[in-house]
Parts: sequence; structure tokens; C-alpha cells
Amino acid sequence: MRSLLFLLRKEFKQIFRNKALLPLIFVAPIMQLLILPLAADFEVKNINISVVDHDHSSYSQQLISKLTASGYFKLTDYGSSYKEGLIQIEQDKADLLLEIPGNFERNLIKEERAQIFLAVNAINGVKAGLGSSYLNRIIKDYNSEIQMKWINQHGESGNSLIDITSSNWFNPYLIYNKFMVPGILVALVTMVCSYMCALNIVKEKEMGTIEQINVTPIKKYQFILGKLIPFWIIGIFVFSVGLFIVGRLIYGIIPVGNILLLYAYLSIYLVAILGLGLLISTFAETQQQAMSIAFFFIMIFMLMSGLFTSIESMPQWAYVIAKCIPVTYFIEVVRMIVLKGSSFADIQEHFIIMIGFAILLNALAIFNYRKTS
Amino acid sequence: MKQFLSFVKKEFYHVFRDKKTLLMLFGLPIVQITLFGFAMTNEVKNAKIVICDYAKDQASQEITRKFEANKNFKLQRSILSYHQIEREFQKENVKLAIVFPANFNEDLMHLKKVQIQIIADGSDPNTANTLQNYANSIIMDYQMELMNIQKLPYSINTEIRMLYNPELKGATTFVPGIMALVLMLICVLMTAVSIVREKEMGTMEILLVSPFNPFLVIVSKAIPYFLLSLVNLAVILIMAVTLLGMPIHGSLLLLVAESALLIICALSVGLLISNITKSQQAAMLISMMGMMLPILLFTGFMFPLENMPKALQLFSNIVPSKWYYIIVKSIMLKGLGFAAVWKETLILVGMTVFLLFLSLKKFKTRLE
Repeated sequence: MRSLLFLLRKEFKQIFRNKALLPLIFVAPIMQLLILPLAADFEVKNINISVVDHDHSSYSQQLISKLTASGYFKLTDYGSSYKEGLIQIEQDKADLLLEIPGNFERNLIKEERAQIFLAVNAINGVKAGLGSSYLNRIIKDYNSEIQMKWINQHGESGNSLIDITSSNWFNPYLIYNKFMVPGILVALVTMVCSYMCALNIVKEKEMGTIEQINVTPIKKYQFILGKLIPFWIIGIFVFSVGLFIVGRLIYGIIPVGNILLLYAYLSIYLVAILGLGLLISTFAETQQQAMSIAFFFIMIFMLMSGLFTSIESMPQWAYVIAKCIPVTYFIEVVRMIVLKGSSFADIQEHFIIMIGFAILLNALAIFNYRKTS
Repeated sequence: MKQFLSFVKKEFYHVFRDKKTLLMLFGLPIVQITLFGFAMTNEVKNAKIVICDYAKDQASQEITRKFEANKNFKLQRSILSYHQIEREFQKENVKLAIVFPANFNEDLMHLKKVQIQIIADGSDPNTANTLQNYANSIIMDYQMELMNIQKLPYSINTEIRMLYNPELKGATTFVPGIMALVLMLICVLMTAVSIVREKEMGTMEILLVSPFNPFLVIVSKAIPYFLLSLVNLAVILIMAVTLLGMPIHGSLLLLVAESALLIICALSVGLLISNITKSQQAAMLISMMGMMLPILLFTGFMFPLENMPKALQLFSNIVPSKWYYIIVKSIMLKGLGFAAVWKETLILVGMTVFLLFLSLKKFKTRLE
């Protein structure tokens, strides 16, 4: 116990002595948490639309004013030919191109149906998909509006109407920050802890100072605990600052659920993720190696953990991989507790799985760590 | 020149000796292309829903069956009471709940007006929005069938053409982004670390006392990574074309030239970081923590840049990969020539020159 205390004192001294590293550990994550959620916004506004109206009739004008009034679209160009509009798209000035043919109104009235033509810049999948579906909805709305008028005029009333009321629970105004901030916080804590832990041990290897520790009577577990505990505390600290100061004061996110439950999960999660750092450090001989291995995994973790896209939509094999990543569970748990107020009963499975990760990763790391080479 | 070559050779030995790092360098792009190409999708599929049916009559059953048949939804089970909905949401299982009031069919037939309530789990706004749209259109379809009037006059047909990416494949958005991301990160990281490592180990001093021009010492460190990145680029492009069926509409030569420009730019960022840091840890943290997420976000391939606050949009201008992303999209997907991307190219050249100048200024030939 006493030797563990000495080890801890050594680690803390080393961490706090390094003036270049301190701001990177504490300030960089907070700065990122301040900025990134503002950037990570899937809500699509300001879709640039270029309209080519060959008809100039009252119907086509109505349709165009419907589009611009919806708030989703910004009319960037009102051209006279399809070719011109296409150039707008090529130059990225327009995302959508709506072409209304010359006899739109006449066809609509005389032949009872009319065509309009929509070209979508589909390179940006999100914008293309959402933009064209918004536009379609507006056209449909407009269409049923004029149809209803016709029905009323011709006295064919008496059709059944289904009225759909929709509501969003837990986040009624669908604020994207509420979804992103907890997720990004998890990503940042994961990065800080796993990198720092892996690099710290490998640095001792590279510098040769690990030999000095190896020749002392310090036990394997004491050495590993000595490395784990400081980063565990740093992890808790960074998470708290992120949750209470940035999340609460800046973004106004007040956790709905039980904070103690959240911290209980956080402490197990940190053990698991530090175990991963340890495991990486046992495989690497140089800091460069440790970093590239850590980078490789963190990259996959960030993309597969459901931070940006939902994992249920992935193909089966990818879903299985996502389920093998500890980060996935913590992101889920943080969002559940903070946004929905889930209770222990709801996440007991998550608890069991995370304890499993913690034991597995640390056991592998201890097994792999050799005092003698 | 001979000296320079032998320095480059030394650096290559360093790189190739370290098998684990090398494996990561080449494994990363391959894994990323696979993940982005096949696993990541912005679509919402298999969303679990519950139906809370107080009516249990013909109409509600018919709508339920429609939901069952839709591939976007996975019907969990029917629950009986409204109060259970919140519990279901809290278990993360369920994304959407649909509530039919009692006497649904009767009201629909006789009163001609009836309400359906759709409740979405708003904690994930994007999914909530998309699912509500899907659900709405399913119910609207049912209503249309009910009205049995397909032949309404005044119908507007919309013909949609998806330009450049007819099947709306996610890969088309992601591949240019991954090219930017991988090239940028690997170059910055590897150069920065390999230089700082020599500083930390003290071998830098030995190199600096050699009769060789100190700045060329540094340049020779960047060359192996430049070549490796070109190999990486080739791997990414080959995978994108063969595996994901991505087109390269424009000139391949131009694409490679622009990529080489980005690589040089990234190498200069790496040089600059190596000049201002003293330990490998600091260099790594700056290039990983400081750059990974910002590059991921400000390149513009995950989230549309236009949505960001003005200040962040301005900030994104100093991220080189943003310009590269625009260039790659124009060349690969739109098939445009140099005339369309000269502005972006000029910006990248400007950045590179500025960064090189800055690191040259900061470069110290003496160790304190």
C-alpha cells in the first residue's frame, strides 16, 4: 500500500511538472467541447435552390413562393435555362435545381397533370436526401392544397381525414446540441485517457526508466495501479468539467437522470478504457508505435460507436463490430441518463457488459506486461 | 545531393524497421474505406417502434400491418397503455411510438375525422425527424387508399434526378472526405513525431553537428512520409474504384497532383508542430487531440459547413483539408478540369508556402 502511494506521488509529480502537456490534457478537451457541438449540426437549413421557370404563370409563382416561405430553402438563382442552373450546381452555388416546364399551368388545368423537374446535387448525401424530401413534401402539400380546393368546388366532400399529431419527447424542440454534447464529451474523455495512459508507460519504456522500476520490489499490480489511478482521476475531472461547466452553463443541458448512476458507470468505463491503453502500451516499444496503434483504434471507435450515425442502421456485420466497442455503450448510457432519465434497471445490461470489458482488457494487459524482456 | 540521398535512406530504414507503425499506416485507410463505404449510413433503418393501440379494430390493424411491412421500421410489440411508452423509450429500445385512440375505425368511418398520435424519441433529433416523416407518409398513403381517388385532377408529378450520385450512395460523400482525412492526419502526425523523437532521444544534436544543411535534415525526414502517403492515396483510389464502384470522371493526373499538394501542406504543418514542441507526447497530443476532430468536422464531409455559425465557417477556411475536399469532389465526381479548381489550388499553395516559411523561421539549429 505504501509503495503504491509513493508511485502515485511520482506519477502526479510527473504529470503536473510537464507544463506543455497540462493545457493539452485539461484545456484542449474543454475548448473542443465548446466548439465542436456547434459544428456538428445535422439540421439542414439554408439549402440553396436555383429555379428555372419557363412558365411564369400564377401557379408556378405560387409554388416558388411556397418554397421560399418554408424557411428551408434559399433562392439563390432565378435563371432562364437548365444549362445555366447546372452551372450553378457545378460551382456549388446551388444544391437543388427546380425546372418548371413552359406549359405547366396549361397542362395542369387542361390535361389534369403536369410535370416538374428536379435535379439534385447528390454528392453531399445528407443535404441531397433531406433537401429533396423537404422539397417533395412542399410540392405535395401545394398539390393537395389545390386539389382540396377543387374537391370543395365540386362538392365531393365527405372524405375521411386522419389527423396526425406528432410530438418529440425528451427534447421537444429537437435541439441537436443536446444529442451531440454528451457524445462528444465521451469521445474526448476516451481520447485523453487512452492516449495518455498508453503513451505514459511507453515513454518509460523508451526512456529506459521502466528498468529502474522493474528492479525494485514493486509488484506488477502495484505498478499498473500506479499508472491507472492518476488517469482515472483526470478522466473523472475532465468529464465533470465538461458535464457541469460546459454542458450545463453553456449548452444548458441539465441531466434528467441520476448523477450518481452516471458516475458509477463512468468509473467502470474509465477502468475499461485505461485497460485498453495499458494493453496498447504492452504491445508497443516506442511512443510512435503506441500512438499509431491507439490512433487506429480510436479512429474506428469514433466512427463506429454511434457518435455520428445510428448503429441500428448499419449492416449486420458492422452492427456486431459496433457492439464490441466499449465506447458505444458509454455513449448510449450517457445519452440515456442525461437526456431520458433512465434508471439502473434500464441499463443493467450495459453495466454487466462494461464490467466485462474492464476485467477482460485489464486482465489481458496484466498478462501481457512483463517485468523482464 | 549524395548526402541528401543517404539521409533519405536513413529515414526509410527508420520507417521500414518499425513494422507495427507501418501496418497501422497502411491498415488505417483500408479499414476506413471499408467502414465508410459499407457500414456508415445516414439512412435510418430498422428503427424499433411500438404501437399503442386502444382501438384494435380494422383500420388500426391495417395501418399497423403497413408499418410492419416497411423496412425502415422494426415493430417491437404492441403495448397497451400510454404510460408504458416512456419506459420503453428509456430502455433505448424504441425510437417511435404510435398511438391509436379508442374507436379509431368507427370515428374514421362515421365522424370522418380521427387522430393518430406519433411520439418520437427526440433525444436523437435527426432520427426523430426522419422517422416522423416516414410514419407520416405511411399514414397518408393509407388515407389515400381509403379515399380511393387516385385520379384526382391537378396532380403535379415531380421527376427527380440525382446528379453525380444517382443511387445516393454514402461512399460518394465519404471517400473524398476520407482521402482528405487520412492524408492530412498521417502526414502531420508522422513528420511531427519522427522529428521530435530525434530531439527527445538526443540524436538530433548529432544530426545538427554534421556538415549537412540543417533544414535539409528535416526535409529528408518528410520524404519517406510523402512517398508513403502517395502509396496510401493509390490504395484508397484503387479500393474506391474497384470495391465501391466510385467513378473518377476527371483527370487522374490532376487528382494525384492536387493530392501531392495536400500532402506537402500537411507535412509542413507537421514540421511546424515539431518545431514548437519538445516532447513526443506533446507533439502527438497536438496532432491527434487538436486535429482529429476538427479535421473530421471542418472538412465538411460529415456535417454541412453551411449550417455552422458564421465564426466557425470562417474558421473552416484555415483547414487545408476543406479546400482539398472541394477539389477532389470537383475532379472525381463532377469531372471538372483545372479551370474549376484553380482558386482552391491557389489557396492550398498559399497555405503551404506560409507554413513552410513559418517553420523555417521557427527552426532552431541549436538546442538549448
